[in-house]
Amino acid sequence: MIGLDGRRVAAVARKEIREYRRTPFIVGAMLVLPFVFLINPAIVIFLLSAAIKPAVVAREVGSTFLVLLIVPAVIPASIAAYSVVGERDQGTLEPLLTTPVRRGEILIGKALAPLIPSVGIAYLLFALVVILAHFFAKNPAVAPTLSDGSHILAQALFAPLLAVWSIGVGTAISARSSDVRVAQQLGTLASLPPLAVTALVSFQVVPLGVWTAVGFGLGLLVIDIAMWRVVAALFDRERLITGSRAVRTTRVGPGDSVGPGGVRRIRA
Amino acid sequence: MVSHLTKRFGERTAFEDVSFTVAHGEVFGFLGPNGAGKTTTVRTLGTLIGPTSGSAVVAGIPLSEANGGEIRQLISIMPENPGLYLRLTVQENLELFADLYGVRHPGDRIGATLGTVGLAARAGDLCGRLSKGLRQRVGLARALLSDPVVMFLDEPTSGLDPVASREVHDLIASLRQRGVTVFLTTHRLEEAERLCDRVAILNTRLLAVGRPEQLRTQLFRSSLVVETAAPLPTPEAVFTPEMGVDTWTLDGDATYVLTVADPRMAAPNVTRALVAAGADVMSIAVSRHSLEDVYLELVDEDPEARP
Repeated sequence: MIGLDGRRVAAVARKEIREYRRTPFIVGAMLVLPFVFLINPAIVIFLLSAAIKPAVVAREVGSTFLVLLIVPAVIPASIAAYSVVGERDQGTLEPLLTTPVRRGEILIGKALAPLIPSVGIAYLLFALVVILAHFFAKNPAVAPTLSDGSHILAQALFAPLLAVWSIGVGTAISARSSDVRVAQQLGTLASLPPLAVTALVSFQVVPLGVWTAVGFGLGLLVIDIAMWRVVAALFDRERLITGSRAVRTTRVGPGDSVGPGGVRRIRA
Repeated sequence: MVSHLTKRFGERTAFEDVSFTVAHGEVFGFLGPNGAGKTTTVRTLGTLIGPTSGSAVVAGIPLSEANGGEIRQLISIMPENPGLYLRLTVQENLELFADLYGVRHPGDRIGATLGTVGLAARAGDLCGRLSKGLRQRVGLARALLSDPVVMFLDEPTSGLDPVASREVHDLIASLRQRGVTVFLTTHRLEEAERLCDRVAILNTRLLAVGRPEQLRTQLFRSSLVVETAAPLPTPEAVFTPEMGVDTWTLDGDATYVLTVADPRMAAPNVTRALVAAGADVMSIAVSRHSLEDVYLELVDEDPEARP
């Protein structure tokens, strides 16, 4: 975006990350939830016997792949859903909005803070699963299927795009919500629909290849852009402070204002 | 300069047809009952919300959505609730705002503002562990960070003990000396009287604007309070128009409240007349109306204030 000040964006992101670090719930959710999600499918693919056919292996790997993508979709959603309504709740939103910071700078700063750790965790988990599969999977087809180029490309593209959607929808809900808990629940729910797109690939409804990954990635990019346009429109100073947008009806020129030394009884 | 500014939320009018001018370096008090529109006025002038109609010039820049960023760079607003990030330290809170305002040499500036509010030793403390008074001071430090031309202070001494309030008063006085224009919203009338060059009294509409002394003179006639040792047998013979007394009333057994045009002329005349009448004079004093009297007079007679 044009006219954005990197120092302000970094300041907002740094503030958010500092707050996360001192909130045990957020740190705990980021560290524990991904592993909880992953335990069952990982065990299933690692225990697939060597006799199982490659087609079955591909299906099971596909479901693990989907679970890996839930992580960047779900984790940032509840954090983003807290980002605006939480500030309003603790009274910090108004001081923030009284500064020269632009709407885009706040939004990007607030988005970067959950995006970087969520995508980082998603990549780390994927790498971990691939490495563990190489050493511990009983079926020799599991590791090559997981580390196939199209899988890596899909993971590389889908994880950030799902996270960007999830943060956008969470921020949009947060900007319009007056209750932190409702915002977080709705944010988590609203982060899930794009997973349906990736599920088509995971469950091999659409065979995964490089061009499929790129095509689906572009599709996600388009809906991400549309979502962030909505978020930007919702992130209006007046709406955030009062809950409604300004309607300016007339503009009157300077009139009979009172000078510094004068006294005027406006109404008897 | 504010001219015919109005803000409505649907059918509800927050404030209407508000006009006044604040001079550079002036401490301007903004008074009014709850729901009078004071905070909404501050938010409007601070570019947080747009006016429904009217115009204003803030820090020399016309108030408009397009000029919002430029105006916000020159002003600072301290809301009644300082709104600090409680999980961040004092230093971290100020670092954020120094970056948002683009403050040069933020470390030095933060140190200087913390010194100004007497919190240099608390920079590393989490804001959540500070008392309300200290949080208010951090809020003030934050408002000072960008070296603003205009400061909007919304109830800056709310919840502070008398010592902390006095420190804030001293700070506001020092801002005036530095040429900062201060727009002070307060419920504390003695605070406004002590600190403000001029005050405006708002109750959705602006009821009055002027120096506290001028408002007193305009609203109330001067009066003398005379106390004698015993009731006067014929007070009407003493408190006469020739003595400079317009009207008089008995307030208690032997206390008389005299309405006079000029207390400097009437007081010696009345004293001589009382002595001539053989009265034992206990005291004669000029009655001085407070800003609170002015406020109550204006707000009470305002139909908007009546239930």
